[in-house]
Parts: sequence; structure tokens; C-alpha cells
Amino acid sequence: MYVAVKGGEKAIEASHRLLDEARRGDPSVPEVSTRQIAEQLGLAVDRVMSEGSLYDRELAALAIKQAQGDLIEAVFLLRAYRTTLPRLGNSEPVDTAQMAIRRRISATFKDIPGGQILGPTYDYTHRLLDFRLAGEGGDGSDGFAPGEQADPPAEEPVPRVVDLLGREGLMEEDCGPAAGEEPPTDITREPLRFPAGRDARLQTLARGDEGFLLALGYSTQRGFSNNHPFAGEIRYGSVAVEIVPEELGFAIEIGEIEVTEVEMVNQFRGSAEAPPQFTRGYGLVFGHQERKAMSMALVDRALRAAELDEASVSPAQDEEFVLYHSDNVEASGFVQHLKLPHYVDFQSELELLRKLRAEFEDPPAEAAE
Amino acid sequence: MAEQGYNFAYLDEQTKRMIRRAILKAVAIPGYQVPFGSREMPLPFGWGTGGIQVTASIIGRDDTLKVIDQGADDTVNAVSIRKFFARTAGVETTERTEDATILQTRHRIPETRLGAGQILVYQVPIPEPLRWLEPREAETRKMHALEEYGVMHVRLYEDIARFGHIATSYDYPVRVNGRYLMRPSPIPKFDNPKMDRSPALQLFGAGREKRIYAIPPHTGVRSLDFDDHPFEVQKWEDVCALCGSGDSFLDEIVTDDRGGRMFVCSDTDYCGRRREAGHAGPTSRNGEADGA
Repeated sequence: MYVAVKGGEKAIEASHRLLDEARRGDPSVPEVSTRQIAEQLGLAVDRVMSEGSLYDRELAALAIKQAQGDLIEAVFLLRAYRTTLPRLGNSEPVDTAQMAIRRRISATFKDIPGGQILGPTYDYTHRLLDFRLAGEGGDGSDGFAPGEQADPPAEEPVPRVVDLLGREGLMEEDCGPAAGEEPPTDITREPLRFPAGRDARLQTLARGDEGFLLALGYSTQRGFSNNHPFAGEIRYGSVAVEIVPEELGFAIEIGEIEVTEVEMVNQFRGSAEAPPQFTRGYGLVFGHQERKAMSMALVDRALRAAELDEASVSPAQDEEFVLYHSDNVEASGFVQHLKLPHYVDFQSELELLRKLRAEFEDPPAEAAE
Repeated sequence: MAEQGYNFAYLDEQTKRMIRRAILKAVAIPGYQVPFGSREMPLPFGWGTGGIQVTASIIGRDDTLKVIDQGADDTVNAVSIRKFFARTAGVETTERTEDATILQTRHRIPETRLGAGQILVYQVPIPEPLRWLEPREAETRKMHALEEYGVMHVRLYEDIARFGHIATSYDYPVRVNGRYLMRPSPIPKFDNPKMDRSPALQLFGAGREKRIYAIPPHTGVRSLDFDDHPFEVQKWEDVCALCGSGDSFLDEIVTDDRGGRMFVCSDTDYCGRRREAGHAGPTSRNGEADGA
């Protein structure tokens, strides 16, 4: 005798207990602290803050711990928290030209005002496992001696490379909003509409999944829309965030955030209205994430196809395709919703398939009821 | 008691107001998909976030909530959503269809007819009925504006040309109030007739796709068909093995690995109440089917 599946509630509770156990792992191994995650898994924290659209290292570290290091799950946790926060005000646009720079390179000029600053990067490491790091820690076996620190970040503002090209007229004008223009849209409050403005596009890309944007950016380099990109400048450092409280009427600094900014310089052959010139692809993300920021800049440029009157033939140039599918919280939810029961739709399909099979095997004249 | 530290029914009042404005617009234009600023919820997209946001925006302290998934109150996702509202809103919940003021559903309309004053909230994965025919939102919005629904009729006609009948069994397209083409969410077409002129308000929430649409009470809802191929619903040769009902939607249960199967009502409340009332199906104690 069939007994309908009951006890969903108990099953869920038991599942949560198992999850807690799995998260903790072997209890004889010391528990990892969120501070340790924030300090020593900083790049994971950066990614979660970016795609979670919330700059808070402690909460991102907590999300990573709670998600057992599943970064997309951690992004989701942070986003769900973010929606409950009140909107107190909008900051002034961040001025990245005033960035306190930790790393800054240009692939277009050998020397640039302000200089090339290599900073912390994996770029020129040899990818050899460093077994000194395999120790239990705390015994100095990792070979790290505090005090060996390199120069502190440059305090002098460093001009942006693309602005140097701009002065010569070889680079298109910065297409930021002019005074009196509509304030930028907010994709966390307003649904995307198409065609999307560049504001909505850049916001969507900034919180978009790194893997998805990496693959799309890569595809543009392999011939699925080639924009001949040069890394005009990649800079990473901290910038001040300012707000203008209504009662004061002038800007005050409320803190600093670390960002990575990428300006790609791309060829443009010109059109009937515009002379040949370089065009921009722009990337800006929280923390130190050059791979993501560069991918974003490539995709941003690819998505400008319509605006620049270029043939739009590749996936990376397809606005609805890119913007609707870049959000990993949405994508992960919908892909995994297939785990939910679909008995009813499946039953309907089963009935239909049996009917079609019966008609296939019987002469059609008789099959028609 | 509601959970401390969160607003009643989780969403802040500003957000609820925004969603209620979208709902009002949806009710004013039956079947039209209203874009809204869907929020991230603490449940994943694709798991009912649209329905949850709609419910959260309309629920009050005096409401009684019923949540079903596949017609059943006890499937894990229905349990999870019901618990979410019990926790964040502290409202009463029920499994009895007629006792609920708000019913949130995934993939079914209850067998018990809904009455005036009840609100049925559907969880919608893909709101756009033309999506499999035209993937671009910019295009489909234009098609709705121009009432250009020929492609859908062509698709149904192609089914008839190929199979002799329309081969869509769930999420079967409807015209609402003679105007908008609408996707009823993946309910079986068996449930489509229940939408027509229902005295209950029907609200549809698609969280990931950020759309809300509605069928106001007593609004005409017609399933697409042709004069010579009228719309028809699924029929079973069996009756429910538990309650003997011959006119409810039946789920097929595989009972062994030798082809054994049985059919039971997908609506657990309807089935349970029939059994309480003394109805029995072929596999119940007395072994006599009575229904239908």
C-alpha cells in the first residue's frame, strides 16, 4: 500500500543538521575564523563582495565560511542580506584618478607619468606549489617575515593613461553622464529594460559572474567579434567614498574602498559621423580582481556594437544574451530549481507521450478519437 | 510569533508598496506583464521568489495562508515557503483550501473551487508565452503591444499537422479578457478551465524575470484552440487509488520495478478530505472504488 511522502518538515531539519556537520568538518581541526578568511582568503572575499554588490569584508567572510567556501552560494547569502538594508543615500561618483595606488600598469606605453607600479600580482610568479605554506601555520615555516614590506602605496594622484590619449583627440570623449542628465539607473531597484543604457550594462557586468564574463571576453579575442583590445591601464588601490548630506550641502568622506579599474583601448575605424579613433571598454570591480575587470571591459566594448554602428554577430555583442545571463544568483537558482518536484508537468508529458506513441503504432485514422 | 529583527513578512514597506503598485497595474490590465524591481529573497531564484514577493506584499496579520507545490501541501518546497511566512509574518497557515485567504501555488490550481475574496498566487518561472518562439524580450514586448499572436497559432497548427492534435500538455497558452496572450505558469492544461471567470483574484509573480501579471475576478480566460480542434483536458482511465476520485488530476506513482503503478490525486487536501468523508479508492481498505 502506497503511503504519500510525508514529513517534509522533518527531512528539512535533518538536512540542516547534516549541513552544519559537513560545514564544520573534523571537530579536532581548529575552526577557521571569519577574520582569518578576511585576511588570508582576501581574493575570495573580493569576489564575493563584487558579485554580492556589497562592500563589507566581514560579512563576505562570514558568507564564505557559512557556504563552506562555495563562492556563488556566498554571493547569494550576501545579496539576500543586502536587500534588507535601507537605502540611506547615494554616494558621489568615485574619482579613480585620485586613487591611492597599489598597482598600476599600462600595456600601451613603456613609461607613463606616475610610472608602472607592479604591486602585488601573481603575474610573474612561477606556478610551483609552495610547500612552505603546507605547514600548520604559526611556526614561521611559511617563510614570511613581517617588515619585509615593499614601498607603501603612492599617495600622489596619478593621471589615467587614457586621458593622455584623450588630450590628443585620439580617444573618444568620456561618455559619462553630463550635468543635468538623468541620474543613473539602479538595477537593484529597477528591472532591466532593453535596449539597456551603458549605466545598466556596467552595473550588471560589475556584479556578473566572473566565469561567465571571462568566457565571453575570451570569445571576443578568438574571433567572435574582435575589438583589437589593448590594456590601456589597469589600476588597483583605494579610493575615497563621499556623500553629500542634505543638511550640509558639501561632500564628506565616509570611508575608503579598494577597487580594480580597467580601461581597454580598442580600435575603431570610424563611421559616417565619427572619425577613426580609439574607443573605450570599461571595467570596475570591488577589491583586487583584474581577471574580472578585464573581462568586463572586453564585454562592455563588445556590447557597444550597436552604438558604434558595428555588425552585431557574436554572443558577446548580444545585449539580452549577455545581460540576462550574467547573474550567477539568478542562474544558479534557476538551473537548480530543476531539483524541485515536477511530478505534475511530467505526468502531463507522460500522458501525452503515451498518446502519441499509441497513435504512432496504430493507423492514424483510428488513432484520431 | 514573527521572527525578530525583520519587518513583517520580510520585505520592507517601501518594497511592498512598489510591488503592490505593480499588482494594481497588473489587475488593471489583465494578462499584461508588469516589470517590477524584484528583490533577492532568502530563497533561490526559480524556487518561488516571485510568488513569495507577491504574497509578502499583500499578506496581513489576519490572513490565513496555504502553500502547495504540485498540488501537495507537504512537498519540501511548499513546507519551506510556508515556514518562511510562519516565521517572518507569524500568520496562520492551513492546508484546507476553503479556509485560506491567500493560496500560493506552484504548478497546480486546487481541485476545490475557489471563492470570492480568496487570492491565488502563482509562482512563475518564465512569464513570457512567446519566449520559446522569440527569445528576445525587446521583440516579444512589441508583439504583445501589436497583439501579434499569429506565431503561437502557427505553432499549435504545426502540432495538429504533425500529430493530429495540439501537443502541449502544461503551461498551455491562454488569452485573457480577449486581449493579452498569457502563460498560466506550468500548471497542467487540466487546470486551465478553472482560471476562467474565477471569483478569486489570481496573481502571478516571476521573481527572476521581474514580472507580475494578474487575472482579476470574473475575467474571461480562454485556452487557445481552433474551431475544428477545440481545447480539451487530460482524462485518465483510472481513478484515484486512495479516494476513488475520477475527476481530479492524478499523479502516477511507480510502485515497483516490474511496471507496477498506481494513480493518486495530486491535490493532497482534496484527496485527504474525500477519504475523511468516507470515499475510498481501489487500493483502500474496502477495496471498492466509488468516485466519478
